[in-house]
Amino acid sequence: MTKKILVCCGTGCLANGSQALVDQFYLETKKLDVNIIPQIKETGCNGFCENGPMVTIVPAHITYYKVQPKDVSDILESLDKEPVTRLLYKDDSGKPVTSKEENPFYALQHKIVLRNTGVIDPSCFNDYLEAGGYVGLTKALAMEPIKIIEEVEKSGLRGRGGGGFSTGLKWRSCHEITGEFKYMLCNGDEGDPGAFMDRSIMEGDPHSVLEGLIIGAYAIGSHYGFLYIRDEYGLALKHMQKAIDDAKANGYLGNNILGSGFNFSCEIVRGGGAFVCGESSALMASIEGRVGEPRVKYIRSVEKGLFDSPTVLSNVESLANIPYIMTNGAENFASIGTKGSKGTKVFSLVGNVNRTGLIEVPMGITLRQLIFQIGGGIPNGKKFKAAQTGGPSGGCIPEELLDLEIDFDSLKEKGSIMGSGGIIVMDENTCMVELARYYMKFLTEESCGKCTPCREGLRAMLDILTRICEGKGELSDLDLLEELAYVTSEASLCELGKTAPNPVLSSLKYFRDEYLAHIVDKRCPAGVCPKLIKYEIIPDKCKFCGLCVKVCPVEAITGKPKTPYIINQNKCIRCGNCKSTCAFEAIYVE
Amino acid sequence: MNDKKRSIEEILITFPSAKRFSLAILQEVQKEYKYISPDNLKAISNYLAIPISDIFSMATYYKSLSLEKKGEFIIKVCDGTACHIRGSLSVLDEVKRALNINEGETTPDGLFSLEIVNCVGACAMAPVVICNQDYFGNVKLGKAKEIINSCVKAVD
Repeated sequence: MTKKILVCCGTGCLANGSQALVDQFYLETKKLDVNIIPQIKETGCNGFCENGPMVTIVPAHITYYKVQPKDVSDILESLDKEPVTRLLYKDDSGKPVTSKEENPFYALQHKIVLRNTGVIDPSCFNDYLEAGGYVGLTKALAMEPIKIIEEVEKSGLRGRGGGGFSTGLKWRSCHEITGEFKYMLCNGDEGDPGAFMDRSIMEGDPHSVLEGLIIGAYAIGSHYGFLYIRDEYGLALKHMQKAIDDAKANGYLGNNILGSGFNFSCEIVRGGGAFVCGESSALMASIEGRVGEPRVKYIRSVEKGLFDSPTVLSNVESLANIPYIMTNGAENFASIGTKGSKGTKVFSLVGNVNRTGLIEVPMGITLRQLIFQIGGGIPNGKKFKAAQTGGPSGGCIPEELLDLEIDFDSLKEKGSIMGSGGIIVMDENTCMVELARYYMKFLTEESCGKCTPCREGLRAMLDILTRICEGKGELSDLDLLEELAYVTSEASLCELGKTAPNPVLSSLKYFRDEYLAHIVDKRCPAGVCPKLIKYEIIPDKCKFCGLCVKVCPVEAITGKPKTPYIINQNKCIRCGNCKSTCAFEAIYVE
Repeated sequence: MNDKKRSIEEILITFPSAKRFSLAILQEVQKEYKYISPDNLKAISNYLAIPISDIFSMATYYKSLSLEKKGEFIIKVCDGTACHIRGSLSVLDEVKRALNINEGETTPDGLFSLEIVNCVGACAMAPVVICNQDYFGNVKLGKAKEIINSCVKAVD
């Protein structure tokens, strides 16, 4: 069997120089004997971006991390011998591990959506076919549409975009409506800060999304579809377009798909960079060439959606699950996960955690497993404070709830949401008040301004939170915040406004003492809010090296030779340059 | 970079004259000219036969479109949550000082624009700074000048 060298070419690894690595592999394999030349594959994202570029050798299943062009010759020489130890990942006990399965980052993962990501070349149609691609579609086209819907319902798949609505039920509602034109849409307008699962899926396995879209279209009786993808996702756009072109050329898109008599075509629409366009009715408005503002919800899009025709909108990750369900059966899928949430979920595990990246785990895993086993705990021996799930529409989960089994319902019960699957881990140096202010600022900017509660309510909450962060808050502000949060969530038109108060309410619930410290003591316990902190030099630790003087942008640090330096508090702008530069930890935040 | 720019007519002709292409046309014009000029707003409105106020509201609503000319290099400091808690605001302050402009502004020589973006999906490498198409991950304080210089050099 020919050996294959899989070079990860996801956005993360590309930023770390994996293209140069691919070139080097091609250059050096030219020198090898023709009979043993390994195949070089540029794959999608492996998820462990922080340790990229990653290189995997199959069939030996040896994975190397942080590979540089200079390592290429050693890897090629070792192909029939022992692996190159220095490039292997060291587990928590410091032992080098060869395969991904032994790597603690991958050990607990269960890959369905990401089954091909990092394994196949996403721009190669045959790779997808060889990996069992389009088997689900072939099977589906031989079935009655209603049977497909029953199968998807039985699988228990719930929309992965945030709402968690049953995918099968959504398809059924649209299937039952008679209409000449129906539209099948894919939502790839991933905008949650801290989430990048959809990007990785579209980059790494675009055909699985497309296959899911075609199956969905057949099930609801649609002949035209759109994929709405963020303009910022250059590589995802490129790979999706290639997938569409290849599918068309091979008879999987267009007229009479695979001789079944079913016609379906689709095109990509590039998003304009508005967070609210991830909302279904705003997304449809944007495709129609209008300003992306949501509309009232009593008009259901399965009846009157895009161009006033019945429309189904499914998220990228939901669609990527569909081929798996059709190929392996609903029972197989439903055997994974919890009672109310079946299958797996892709999470982006980011923030203050040792191993960050993209992971896919069965529903029902605990936060503790996620953060401490997969993520390897908090860096620099710091203490865990909270994890934010669901992005700006979600809430924070404090330490006492670490053993919560995560699924759609359990998170909602605790005042957060699953959202699209961003998990942001925060250590003791994160200020929860400042974080609430950050989310409110984000949402204020992204609010489309159509309805008053969202437009004005968010702004009012932002003003209060900013005041608290600046040490000008009053105790009555907390009641006012809760009142505003209530009105905004009750009266807003769309989910952006309805869920916007979550970060404020959940941090108030679990971290009220931090709000009180800001308001009563005028102190930021985490040492973040610039107006409430100051940087000081510890005289005993200062070695008079003068490095801090050089990096200070406002010349606030002065000192004479052989005497500890001093920070002039009136000049200091609290940029933190000095603290991060000091090699002796002589600067502290108060 | 100094290739002759396509004329507005050349851009328009590649799209059917239907309202649903207005966003795509605006994006294309933005890419070509780095902004949407008043004349181009008019041209698009004429071509699609829709009121100029509609085109104007699109151009001001979507973040990727701008009515003011952007610099040759667009420096984007990511302030997504992952970047935020890893200190992106300090990075932003440093870039601001290095370029001597605020976010949303362009340097007088028309070379640099500075923008804050909310997450580019590269959270595992936070904090991230992007210069045109190049991603810089795990940006440490004190590296801003280096990044800016490397962008300029890459083009020279």
